[in-house]
Amino acid sequence: MSIQGWTFLLVGISFALYIGVAIWTRARSTADFFVASGHVPPVLNGMATAADWMSAASFISMAGLISFMGYDGSVYLMGWTGGYVLLALLVAPYLRKFGQFTVPDFIGDRYASRVARIVAVGCAIFISFTYVAGQMRGVGIVFSRFLDVEIETGVIVGMAIVFFYAVLGGMKGITYTQVAQYCVLIFSYLVPAIFISMLMTGNVIPQVGFGATLADGSGVALLDRLDQLSVDLGFVAFTQGRKSTLDVFFITAALMVGTAGLPHVIVRFYTVPKVAAARSSAGWALVFIAILYTTAPAVAAFARTNLLQTIPGRSYADLPAWVHNWQKIGLVKFEDHDGDGRVRYVGPAHGAKNEFEIDRDIMVLANPEIANLPAWVVGLVAAGALAAALSTAAGLLLVISSSVAHDLLKKTFAPGISEGAELRAARIAAGFAVVVAGYFGIRPPGFVAQVVAFAFGLAASSIFPAVTLGIFSRKMNAAGAVAGMVAGLGFTATYIIYFKFVAPELNNADHWFLGISPEGIGTLGMVLNFAVAYGVALATPPPPARSLELVERVRLP
Amino acid sequence: MSDLSEAGRHAAYWRRNLQYLAILLTIWFVVSFGFGILLREPLDAIRLGGFKLGFWFAQQGSILVFVVLIFVYVALMNRLDREYGVEDEASSE
Repeated sequence: MSIQGWTFLLVGISFALYIGVAIWTRARSTADFFVASGHVPPVLNGMATAADWMSAASFISMAGLISFMGYDGSVYLMGWTGGYVLLALLVAPYLRKFGQFTVPDFIGDRYASRVARIVAVGCAIFISFTYVAGQMRGVGIVFSRFLDVEIETGVIVGMAIVFFYAVLGGMKGITYTQVAQYCVLIFSYLVPAIFISMLMTGNVIPQVGFGATLADGSGVALLDRLDQLSVDLGFVAFTQGRKSTLDVFFITAALMVGTAGLPHVIVRFYTVPKVAAARSSAGWALVFIAILYTTAPAVAAFARTNLLQTIPGRSYADLPAWVHNWQKIGLVKFEDHDGDGRVRYVGPAHGAKNEFEIDRDIMVLANPEIANLPAWVVGLVAAGALAAALSTAAGLLLVISSSVAHDLLKKTFAPGISEGAELRAARIAAGFAVVVAGYFGIRPPGFVAQVVAFAFGLAASSIFPAVTLGIFSRKMNAAGAVAGMVAGLGFTATYIIYFKFVAPELNNADHWFLGISPEGIGTLGMVLNFAVAYGVALATPPPPARSLELVERVRLP
Repeated sequence: MSDLSEAGRHAAYWRRNLQYLAILLTIWFVVSFGFGILLREPLDAIRLGGFKLGFWFAQQGSILVFVVLIFVYVALMNRLDREYGVEDEASSE
């Protein structure tokens, strides 16, 4: 069977599976719809959280990014896993004990403040929309490359599937579909990784092959060969980086803290039966995430070594078929400046002009072809990429829907509505969010990639401090929390907007404040939030007794 | 524990929780920001098979330690919950 045949078959089977699961687990009440009635076993919730968390970017782009960034890619690896330690230790168990539906619920109740709730809702909705647009785009790209349909058609099919199970099943349907999606995505990530590890180093386990010697009989370690090849061609050595140590520190911290403040991740811990389950569930989530996250840098190193060994110096006519395939859709570019018919692929430190460019996003998708794997593996990777994109999109849509139906309608503007009406509003909001997300997927605003830094920066500088102060500080009051959120958010947003949109030409280390890039500025925003919150809280009256009772309550399981 | 008031017992439980957090978060900081970032260059002089040690911590080791840290926390807290008799049974519903 052809690659396209296999892809249709595997993607079709996986979609049928998701729909089947959604029908079987559809929601019947608001508790079902928002938090799966708190009945999800911790291991399954861990799997669902992992699928929810690992987006199209983790699956498709991360290994490719690391293969070009080398050591600098560690910011994603540590940042997007270390955040789970913060979640498990500082956030998840307490919010599970609190036991409502959303993150703004906690902030609104803890500070007994409608303003605090509304600021939190604004952050939650913005972060979620930012993210979901990227997922729909990922769906479109996979469809157009592997199934040969228009990006628009791909996005519409993806929207229909997510609409079906998110609107019908709510959190309950989403959770069990995400469990299925995790299995699909991890299997399809590991199969090619194992093949390539065996090909390059003779080791079955990619994490071991990453630090092993090459299988070509030279006795040289893979990473040493890769460093050597990189330096010879004028790139930075793979195990070195170009970012300053300070910037790596700040970016890693912003991604970690941002992770622990992302509403669609936090809300998953409302779905487990009790506090002890929330703690272990975060551990399981990280286990399932770590399987992919420790494989990704190995894949990056294998792919990069393979690329540097096969491409430079080859004559163009001789290049493997995958290069020509991806060149057709513009993700590989070759321009023969010196007219000798050979590919000169060199880095900035090399004297000669580079002639070859390869898009970072295609590394994972092209890997099976690069390693000459069978057609079914290529189909499997397509199904896995779709699983990653759809599961994340569904989780985000749920946050948008619960923010609108629960936080804005029920808790703020229409407190009298019945449960049935709230459930209907949640479904309508989810449907509306799917359509908006699809629109962004088809016509992506040019700034999608830019605003990812925004999502993490905002979460780090607003939601994380407000939540942790609410749990760990008895002094913190509404004035302090709101002032902190506004200061953290205002500072972070201003910095990012200035360098990304107002003066992008100044976006380099010479102009950054203390040498911190916009990606890492959320860390400073968080520090500012804590400082302002404490200052204001000390100067204003202490929180009311009912806030203190809530603090005492969430501190005990 | 019977000689302590309920409020006193809860406060003691909370202090122990904070002690665990301080120790575990210190390890969390040291393996990632310490070994993986600030001390990477000196550690890179040490080899772990085909890896430079600082690089290994940044891309593999820190993640493995994170996983272990969470499960250690789970075990410590489950024991503490039993010790203070604060396990939740019905409170979640």
